[in-house]
Amino acid sequence: MSAINPDQIHDVEAEKPLVSMRVADIGVALLFLAASGIVIADSIRLGFEWRENEGPAPGYFPFYVAVVMALASVVNLIRALPASEDGAAPMTSVQGFGRMSAIFVPAVVYVAAIAFIGIYVASALYIATFMLFVGKFALWKAIAVAGGVSIVSFLMFEVWFLVPLPKGPLEAAFGF
Amino acid sequence: MEELAALAGGFAVAVTPYNIALMVLGIVLGVVIGVLPGLGGANGVAILLPLTFSMEPTSAIIMLTSIYWGALFGGAITAILFNIPGEPWSVATTFDGHPMAQKGKADEALVGAFTSSFVGAIFAVALITFLAPAVAKFALKFGPAEFFAVQFLTFASFIGMGRGSPAKTIASMCLGFALACVGLDGVTGSLRMTFGHEELLNGFKFLVAVIGLFGIGEILTSMEDGLKFSGADAKLKMDAVIRTWRQLPKMTGTFIRSCIVGCWMGITPGGATPASFMGYGLAKRFSKNGKNFGKGELEGVVAPETAAHAAGTAAMLPMLTLGIPGSPTAAVLLGGLLIWGLQPGPLLFVEQKDFVWGLIASMYMGNVVGLVIVLTCVPLFAAILRVPFSIIAPAIVVVCAIGAFTVNNAMFDVWMMLVFGVLGYLFTKLGYPLPPLVLALVLGDQAESSFRQAMLISQGDVTVFWSNWLCGAIMTLGVVMAFWPIVSGVIAKFRGPDRVAKVA
Amino acid sequence: MKTSFKSAAKRLGASRLGIKRLGLAVGIAAAAVAPAWAWEPTKAVTLIIPAGTGGGADQMARFIQGVIQKHELLSKPVIVVNKGGGAGAEGFLEMKASASDPHKIIITLSNLFTTPLGTGTPFNWKEMKPVRMMALDQFILWVNAEKPYKTAKEYVDAVKAGTDRQFKMGGTGSKQEDQIITTAIEHETGGKKFTYVPYDGGGKVAVQLVGGHIDSSVNNPIEAVAQWRGGQLRPLCIFDTKRSTYTQKVTETQSWADIPTCEESGLPTHYQMLRGIFTTKNATPEQVAFYSDLLKKVMETPDWKEFMEKGAFNQTTMTGADFEAWLTDAEAKHRTLMQGAGFLAAGAQ
Repeated sequence: MSAINPDQIHDVEAEKPLVSMRVADIGVALLFLAASGIVIADSIRLGFEWRENEGPAPGYFPFYVAVVMALASVVNLIRALPASEDGAAPMTSVQGFGRMSAIFVPAVVYVAAIAFIGIYVASALYIATFMLFVGKFALWKAIAVAGGVSIVSFLMFEVWFLVPLPKGPLEAAFGF
Repeated sequence: MEELAALAGGFAVAVTPYNIALMVLGIVLGVVIGVLPGLGGANGVAILLPLTFSMEPTSAIIMLTSIYWGALFGGAITAILFNIPGEPWSVATTFDGHPMAQKGKADEALVGAFTSSFVGAIFAVALITFLAPAVAKFALKFGPAEFFAVQFLTFASFIGMGRGSPAKTIASMCLGFALACVGLDGVTGSLRMTFGHEELLNGFKFLVAVIGLFGIGEILTSMEDGLKFSGADAKLKMDAVIRTWRQLPKMTGTFIRSCIVGCWMGITPGGATPASFMGYGLAKRFSKNGKNFGKGELEGVVAPETAAHAAGTAAMLPMLTLGIPGSPTAAVLLGGLLIWGLQPGPLLFVEQKDFVWGLIASMYMGNVVGLVIVLTCVPLFAAILRVPFSIIAPAIVVVCAIGAFTVNNAMFDVWMMLVFGVLGYLFTKLGYPLPPLVLALVLGDQAESSFRQAMLISQGDVTVFWSNWLCGAIMTLGVVMAFWPIVSGVIAKFRGPDRVAKVA
Repeated sequence: MKTSFKSAAKRLGASRLGIKRLGLAVGIAAAAVAPAWAWEPTKAVTLIIPAGTGGGADQMARFIQGVIQKHELLSKPVIVVNKGGGAGAEGFLEMKASASDPHKIIITLSNLFTTPLGTGTPFNWKEMKPVRMMALDQFILWVNAEKPYKTAKEYVDAVKAGTDRQFKMGGTGSKQEDQIITTAIEHETGGKKFTYVPYDGGGKVAVQLVGGHIDSSVNNPIEAVAQWRGGQLRPLCIFDTKRSTYTQKVTETQSWADIPTCEESGLPTHYQMLRGIFTTKNATPEQVAFYSDLLKKVMETPDWKEFMEKGAFNQTTMTGADFEAWLTDAEAKHRTLMQGAGFLAAGAQ
């Protein structure tokens, strides 16, 4: 974890490469093709013909949009396939991926936790954890900032603006 | 000048210490609401609406419209500082505003955004003051065919700004269109691409996609490379206002263009979001600095902000004279008018003179007060960048999660935000441009509905788009815009975008 | 330590006794003041709108919220949330999913029936507890005031004489109330069909009619009253069995009561839209009674009466068994109408 310091600039190109541009390009093009396939399948169910007196059927727009998307993706795929200098360049490094995971993996845990402990408690834990382990802040600072952010947003959303956000057992204990 | 006399009367109604206090309160609240993606202007106004039932209608609407002005100002702040558009119409502001912040010019970008918002608003209010009845009649001319023509023009004027490869631009835009199709089809009432999943009934909302693609995507990039803000070290200079204002006179052309685009889109009502994209697209095409757009050009902040604020303000006009809201916020205000016993519509200007002119006067006042408030706060906003990134990063994720949740009150959207975040990172890395995707997502279903409504009315006859001078002129302008690169002789460079235009 | 614990326990016991007595006293006092319910919200009440902002349901829901707040009818706040996705399916499914949360209520419009029938959404009104019918919203046949048609009969005759699909009817949404009424009118036009053009809001439909982009609409009164007063639209007939009871002049010469029923004009079609409040399925009778009583208080305010008159609402109100019977009847009626028009989704047959 000591390699992660987001307040410092890193040169990704100089680090150990993880994924090359070529592989990523091919992957994303395939993703686009898959999306086109899904859209085309449902458009066929809906009908994509031009109806008399009505104009296009519900599947008309999505169908042609998906066809064009598929064609463009095939072009992208063909362009990405041959090995090239640009393609060999790393998209991200092992360390870069690690740094991104440092915020993203906890973010996934955080979103999953919202359903159980509510957004305010989850937010406080998320911010505090990140500050402690990545930012190397003192415990009291992490607790103060994380608690402060959660309490202010609680007041703002639940009390002043009456926007209900997901709440968990702690809020329920206080009668919200 | 009959209008001037009426306006003077309006100022007498609006300018009382009590009303000005409400104005200040409303604008501060509005800025807070605009900054947080979770609280839209419509949301803020809706929540505070009940509080105003015991007030005078004039005071009540002054406070509520002030919230609206504040939200319009506030949307730009997070867009510039963190690449998260607080409001949909701030998306185009991120294109140049955020690069400016990364170069350490956050204060200039903020001053530029606020000032141009102000200019756009005042232009629109002047239009309302002097041309309200004529403009209201103009708005009536817009049927489905004309709406489609406007949406086509928006696309056409925006296309060609992608820096990526043509095939990637097309793929990105088509993905936006496909996402816009998900959910209930308004024309036939059938469900599209939901595959029996209840979460998908509501479709993919623009704001969720934008928060993910821009906000979370940016966080990932920042984490990978380390924080690129030179603004963090730059000393805050208090002369930002003067420094920025000195650069603005050169951009008179952009101001005028964006004001006209904004007013037009606000009235028809196309809305502030398309207006901001169109303003940006036109400025990129016609300004001398156009080729530098996207790298942190002040003019690239001025163009969308002027247009968005002009549109947001002009949207009040169809609300008052026709009873149709030009924006979601206007829709909520409309509900308020009914509760205070005022019936918006053709007779409001005749029967409720005091109220209408008081409101118009308050629009001038509200924007002046708003500009003063936000400009004084610029150093404060810019100082946020000096907070260590390891505090800001998780806080941004939290703010994004709240914002995504409140769009539909659904956890599903928070998950989608994370997915869009990964997509945003990948697309940026691989040179898939995000703006075409976002524009297609925001305009896609509207354009499709308008097209199909027009087809229903014309019984499937496509020539309906050239059936009258108004519609024909806009469509022709759109075609010219789409083929502008050819017209201006840079065929090779722009071959891709032309193909996109045909698709759109 | 021990003694202090004991004394604390003693104190606790004593105070518990006190609470009991106090509770009894409050109980008697409450009975004297006479609220029939034994339940009150313990947190904010969420009012769901199964439609977007700015429409008729949205206006009424926000109005109810405003009245409750203005007259302080409820100690906890009311939070209004729009859940209009999938023609309201989103809002209804949320009510279904939170069957045991009595702090959620929903305002309904005709999509209570049309959405499950038209889209096959797995939902039925019986999966909620009906609280109270607030009013019935009317529908009126409108044409542009510059057109020559003075009565519904003249207009229907013009449709008969025209070519098929020549006349354009604008309405809100697809396979919903406006299109159902349009289909019903088509029974009287000698086989000639309208071209039905769906828009995303009633206000927009009225403006499109003023602009001459469509030939007629079946807007709710409140959606088109401004244009009527401005002399831009003309009401031809009201889709009710009897005329409106509001006799106060709306325009220079006419009141709502001056609009003939469609039946009088030779168009035997009537249709009204429910504006009712429901709560979640597992709500106890006390909870339903509480909301019913709260809404009754709302309806007794002068603000509400003014709102009703402005929108020419039919002020029928029902609760309990009457309301449920009405709902069962209305659901059957919608099924027949939608079946006849071919609007039923595959799953809802």
